[in-house]
Order: sequence, then C-alpha cells, then structure tokens
Amino acid sequence: MFINETITNNKKTSIIPFITCGFPKRKNFIDLLFALEKSGSTLIEIGIPNSDPLAEGLTIQYSSNIAIKNGVNTHECIKTVRQARKKGLKIPIVLMGYYNNILAYDMNKFCKEAKESGVNGLIVADLPINESKPLVNILNQYSIDFIPLLSINSSKEIIKKATKLATGFIYCVSVLGVTGERNIVFDRVKDLVEQVKKHTNVPVAVGFGISTKSDITNIIKFADAAVVGSALINKLKDTKNDKIIEVASNFISELF
Amino acid sequence: MNNIRPGDKKLNMEKPDKNGRFGKYGGRFVPETLTSSLEEIELEFNKILKDKTFWEELTNLQNDFIGRPTPLYYAKNLSFQISQNLWIKREDLAHTGAHKINNAIGQALLAKRIGKKRIIAETGAGQHGVATATACAMLNLECIVYMGSEDIKRQAPNIYRMEMLGAKVIPVTSGSKTLKDAVNEAIRDWVTNVETTYYIIGSAVGPHPYPYIVREFQSIIGTESRKQILDKTDSLPDYVIACVGGGSNAIGIFSGFIDDETVSLIGVEASGKGLNTDKHAATLTKGSPGVLHGSMSYVLQDEYGQILEAHSISAGLDYPGVGPEHSYLKDIERAKYYAATDDVALKGFKLLSVTEGIIPALEPAHALGFLIDWCKEIPKNQNILFLLSGRGDKDMEIVSKKMESN
Ligand SMILES: Cc1ncc(COP(=O)(O)O)c(C=O)c1O
Repeated sequence: MFINETITNNKKTSIIPFITCGFPKRKNFIDLLFALEKSGSTLIEIGIPNSDPLAEGLTIQYSSNIAIKNGVNTHECIKTVRQARKKGLKIPIVLMGYYNNILAYDMNKFCKEAKESGVNGLIVADLPINESKPLVNILNQYSIDFIPLLSINSSKEIIKKATKLATGFIYCVSVLGVTGERNIVFDRVKDLVEQVKKHTNVPVAVGFGISTKSDITNIIKFADAAVVGSALINKLKDTKNDKIIEVASNFISELF
Repeated sequence: MNNIRPGDKKLNMEKPDKNGRFGKYGGRFVPETLTSSLEEIELEFNKILKDKTFWEELTNLQNDFIGRPTPLYYAKNLSFQISQNLWIKREDLAHTGAHKINNAIGQALLAKRIGKKRIIAETGAGQHGVATATACAMLNLECIVYMGSEDIKRQAPNIYRMEMLGAKVIPVTSGSKTLKDAVNEAIRDWVTNVETTYYIIGSAVGPHPYPYIVREFQSIIGTESRKQILDKTDSLPDYVIACVGGGSNAIGIFSGFIDDETVSLIGVEASGKGLNTDKHAATLTKGSPGVLHGSMSYVLQDEYGQILEAHSISAGLDYPGVGPEHSYLKDIERAKYYAATDDVALKGFKLLSVTEGIIPALEPAHALGFLIDWCKEIPKNQNILFLLSGRGDKDMEIVSKKMESN
C-alpha cells in the first residue's frame, strides 16, 4: 500500500524520475538518489541495466551500457537500494528491469532480496500481462507491488487483467514506441487512463517521452503521476562528476 | 507432391500449446504494445492454415517463382570419398539462393491478408533481407531491412541486391553490430510502427506465433525431401543434418522426419574459434535457458542474464539465441546438436566446391564440415540427407581472404 498511498496522498504533482542504477557513476549514485528525493520526487524508478533493452530508445540504451561497463548487475542494484535505505532514504523505490535478468537471478531469490533491501515495487518492460502470472505470484508473496505497463493499443481485456493484478500503480505508456524524449500528443493515452480508471482506484502514471514541465502539466490533468527518464539521463550524460547532484536536483525542481 | 505413398506416415509435428510453448520454451516476452499485433497475427495465421485459396496462391509462387521443388542430389564424388551415401537437398537452387525465400514469401502473403503494407525485417547474412526484399518487390510492399554494420561489411553483395530490389537497408551500430542487434532494432521499429507494420522474422525465433509460422512455411523442405528420398532410395535416410543459426532451415527439414523414429536428426551450430573460447555461437551446446527476442529458449548469457556476444565466421549463424522448438527437441533428445568451428566450415566450403562443383554458403558449410569428420564414427554406407540451405556467392570475399591468410 506504500506506493499507492504515497501517490494518492501527495498534494503536489507526483513526479517519478527514472535513472539507470550506477549511471552516470557508481560512486555517487546513492547521493543522486537522495538528491532526487530532496528535490520533491514522489517515487524513484531505478533501472536494472540490460544488454538488449528492447523497449528503450538511444538514451536509456546508452545509460544501460554505461552502467554495465561500470560493473552494475542485478545484485548490485539490490545492494544499492539496501545501502541507500541504511543511510535513510525514505522515498518509495521501484525497480525496472527486463525479464531475463530476473530469471537468471532466480525469481524467488530476486524478490526476497529486493524486499529485504527495501524495494517497494517492480516493473518488467518485456513481460506482458499474459505472461506475468509466475512473477506476480512471487511478488505477492513478498508484498512487492507489481506495476504493469499498458499501451495505448491495449485491448479492453488486457486493461481489465492489468487492473486486477496491479497494486502500486499502473504505468500507461504515452506512445507507441520506445523510451526517449519527443513531442507527444496526449489524446490516446488520456483515453487509456480514463479506461483504466473505470476499473481501479490504483493510481495511474504516464511515461515514455516526457521531458518538459508542460508535458507534466498536461498529464496531471488526467493521470496521477508522470515518469521522467530519458530527459533526466540526457541532462546527466555529459555532466561533470562534481555537478551531477546539482544538475539532477535543479532539473527535477524545475519540473514543478 | 501430395500423394502419400504406402508406408508413408502422415506428418504430425506438434503445435505449440495454447500459451505458445514447446515444452517450457517459447512464449511471448515482449513489451505490452506488441500483444494486440501478435494476437492478430496468430488469429490470421490460424485462419490461413485452413484456407485453401491461400495455399493455392502460395503453392503457385513456390513452383513458379521460387522454383520448387528444389532437387535432391546424390553427391557421388563426396559419397565415395567418405564411404557414405550423401544426399543433398538443394535449397541453394531456390530463387535468391537460400531457403529464406520460403518463409519470406509466406509471411509477406500473410502480411497482405492482415492488411499491412510496410514490412520490416532483420538480416544477418543478408539472405533473409534479400528474400524479404524480393517478396516485397513482387507483392508491392514497402521494405525496410535492419542489418548489423559488421555484417554489412562481410556480406556486401547482398546489400547491393536488397537495394536493387527497392528495399531500404538500415545499418545497426549498437552492441556487437551483428544479427542480435539487428533483431533488437527491428523490434524497436515494430513497437513504434506496430499499427502499420508487419515484421517478417527471418528465423524460427521470436515471440509466439513466429517460431510456429516460420516452421510451417519452411516445412516444405521436409515434405519435399521425404518424398524425394523415398522415390530415389525406397527408404528413409538414417541421418538428416542441417546447420542451426536461429534454426529455420533445420526445423523445416526436421519437420518432415520428426515422426520417423529411425531417422536421426542432427543440427550443427557454429563454434567459431572453438567451444573452449568465448568466441563461438554454440547456443544449444554451451548456453542455458533464458529469454531473448521474445521467447524462452537456450541463450548465451552471463550469470546475471546479460546476453553474450556470439562469434562466427558466418553472419547467418552468429547469433546468441536459437528457436524455442530446437531447445525443446534437444531436451527431449529427439534431435542432437553439435558445433563446428570456423576452420571446419572453411574445410566444408572448399570440399563441396571442388568435389561436387557446388559452392555452399558458409552456414551450411558448417554442417558439411562437421559431417565429414563425424561420419567416420558411424557405420559405412549410411544414407545421409544434408540440407544445403544456401549458395556461397555472398561469402566469396571473406572465404578467399581467409584462405590466403591461412
Ligand atoms: C544460407 C543460410 N543458411 C542458414 C542460415 C541460418 O538461419 P537458420 O538457422 O534460421 O536457417 C542463414 C541465415 O542467414 C543462411 O543465409
């Protein structure tokens, strides 16, 4: 209920930054998480880097590659959350990954360790609703929220199924396509969110391609939260080490 | 070709189950955005399976456009040399020079039925790209082909062919710049343009129902081979041997013999610089079950599930995954899988050229090179059916360079 309530009870705009674990640097990544918390984010989505991220555009492909080169793996992601929690990070944390990394780690071991380290929810980019049952069963066992992705072309049946399974929030993908900054027309995702809301009270977030304050103002008219990934990563991509925290904080603050 | 002779059994290869699985392999592990399209493709494919007009149209094109049935050739010289009876199924003589055209034409017709006019494809060796570009030219469809920039370098003649046929070739520079990365990029295009675009996958891989679709369109190889070898020898072969990249040519010929318990099915992957190095593409021999490109199957991966780069001299076998049905056939031990190095493939390449006057593609040259050594360990005078999946024109440059330097 932690994620659901945090978004539902939030009086300001709910912004969810996405950042690949260990990007741009492994060393000050936990400081970066604290900076994202402090600048007013409602929840942080941390990406588990994957060698072949099918749902990502160039930006997150890039951050994923850098993270892998920096030595980040599934174990490291869980460990990072544990360390951040120890240091006092309070904000809800959702891991976002690809199914094979979770399978290779062992689904049960993954969920158990994620729970123990303080992870609150999980998104799997290449696990559609109809394949999600084995994982959802284990997530439920460990009370980790399952956050399904829905697409603007999802059928009524899939939408219904997703709303039955979702606990933390439902992630509506704004466009057909991969992640990455772009100009977005929100008509179709608005329809999707309205459909979803007919079936559930679980909050709904919109993501993919969101980069500006005006995007977020638009989204908040019909949804509960906005996810910002590529835009943040692009900002950090060429930032010098000692400026990372400052640039990230400013970027998030200016979205409100 | 439709007469079933006395003694012939009706072919009955297993369909994937309702969840798109062969045993535990297969499935549909792709972004949710593709779900509705995959369901549409599955629905339409199940419809055409029973639609006589579709198969009439396809059969006509198989006969008059592809040039089917392709011959079954008794390789007299090589048979003598290895003391076996070597029969070669000549997919190198299919239009465009490889088996890939069987699948490309079938899927292009399917795309038309679904009403999609923009076609995308990935290609490794360029053979599937050429086949798809050919099908699209003939059926008046737009064609975009993703190809790793490394493969563009080593299979240059096929780029000219694709472009001549009106296709647009998009170089892929991510990852290992080979087949795996071309598939990644094709899937990203598909997710983006799913409402207008049909993805013609080139091998028996990908999310359900692709492995099943590709098998059904390639099963013509098995159906013809079985009939032909019965006609010529009055018996079934003892061994059927094919190379395995994603596994489409192999599953095509295996499907003809799957119920014939006396027939041993053998797939040969590429072991590059050797199974004991990290430069190989022997997914079934050295990999473990995982998810790549939408299905559960054997994959080459590290302990954290990151996909490893494959290596092979042959662009068509240079892939860290394999079709889910091969994974299943391996586990139930219906088929056996081996691997052949770059050097073994080069040996096979040269040998078939000089003994039989047939220059093979590097992909099937792996299976041939393997079989030359391996057949010393089996009794003499066995009937061996070898699938020559394609011709070697595309490989002349790389092979002659290699031979100079060796
Ligand atoms: C001639 C030839 N044979 C075999 C292959 C390998 O693919 P598959 O294993 O799907 O038959 C290719 C792929 O490009 C090819 O061009």
